[in-house]
Amino acid sequence: MRGKEGTVEVPILKQGEFLIATFQAALSDADLNQLRRGLVAQVVRFRSRGVIVDVTAMDVMDSYASRTLREISQMIRLRGAETVIVGIQPEVAFAMVQLGLTLEGVATALDLEEGLAYLNQRFKSPD
Amino acid sequence: MAKRDSPAPLPEAKQYEETSELLRELVAHLRQNRTQLREEWVARISETRLLTAMTKEEIFAEATSVYDSYVEALETETFEALQAYARNLSERIIPRGVETHEVVGIVLLLRDVLARSLFAKYQTDFKKLNRILDAYEPAANRIANTVAVGFVQERERVIRQQQEAIRELSTPVLQVRERLLILPIIGVIDPQRARQLTEQLLRGIRTNRAKVVVIDITGVAAMDATVANHLVQTVEASRLLGATVIVTGLSPEIAQTLVTIGVDLGKMNTVGDLQGGIEQAERLLGYKVVAVAESR
Repeated sequence: MRGKEGTVEVPILKQGEFLIATFQAALSDADLNQLRRGLVAQVVRFRSRGVIVDVTAMDVMDSYASRTLREISQMIRLRGAETVIVGIQPEVAFAMVQLGLTLEGVATALDLEEGLAYLNQRFKSPD
Repeated sequence: MAKRDSPAPLPEAKQYEETSELLRELVAHLRQNRTQLREEWVARISETRLLTAMTKEEIFAEATSVYDSYVEALETETFEALQAYARNLSERIIPRGVETHEVVGIVLLLRDVLARSLFAKYQTDFKKLNRILDAYEPAANRIANTVAVGFVQERERVIRQQQEAIRELSTPVLQVRERLLILPIIGVIDPQRARQLTEQLLRGIRTNRAKVVVIDITGVAAMDATVANHLVQTVEASRLLGATVIVTGLSPEIAQTLVTIGVDLGKMNTVGDLQGGIEQAERLLGYKVVAVAESR
């Protein structure tokens, strides 16, 4: 799935009210930027209420990827939706906190299922 | 070896050849008197009350194999087979409580028994006896060394294994309810144990699909800044996996440490005791514990 500039296109799937983006193992900074643009644009186009970013396949999370995830989360909030990052591997998680990349203010969940449960919970009508 | 018509060989080579020659003679002698020497050795072993954990028959059987490996090592001047045998022997006798001094003791006894038999054989030819001993002693010492080192290495391996097992046991990750894990920590936490603890917890979160984890450190009297920092990192890493961590049972000393290193308390969810921690975890998970009417 190489795009015309040699970038890897991250598929963004629409699932009901939510968007789901699944990372592949090795994404360049350019790929990440493209993903950010895509998500921020589509979240309003599809009137989505939540975005799930699945990073299960990533076995390394560098500072740029981590910052991008945080920015995605913040931008999506400004566009009126919620983001949850799912599938961070245990080893990756510990490596991240050791580097000080704690994704503060970003919602996280164990896997896709948990992420969906989290978003559904958030948007349940208050009673 | 065929004698060649050459100028005087180098002294070293000559000496080596002579040593081999002597060792061959020695080995032949030991083979010839195998039964008698072996019995003498076993008698000495029971006399000195070594290997009391083993029966007489077992001692005799082991003595036979040791004797044969010993002679073989002398003959071939290679120690790999003996080393392997020593390791194998140690593996069998360590669980029965055989001590290092016993193993070293019996090998030294064998060395002495054999040396005595050499004295007896060459008592008339003092010069020859000296040369035989020159060849025998270094080889015998090396054998004793090999066996002792083999035994100690095996023991160290067993100890390492047990340490590993204890360490695994010392950090249980327990599931008390669906999606609720407890990690009781007792004793001193060193950086290595802290790392292992984190690993087990993060793996436990994943396999049990936990949403809330209660880390109880009532049994930890104090921790240094490194370990405290590690604890905070563990809490953050757990959050990245989507689990909330509640830390309970912080002692005044640990509270002091955390304040001194300037932990962001907003990230740490702490409750006074384990009971309170579990109650809060249940609230987070939406459980409600109700007393059953008839038990009142």
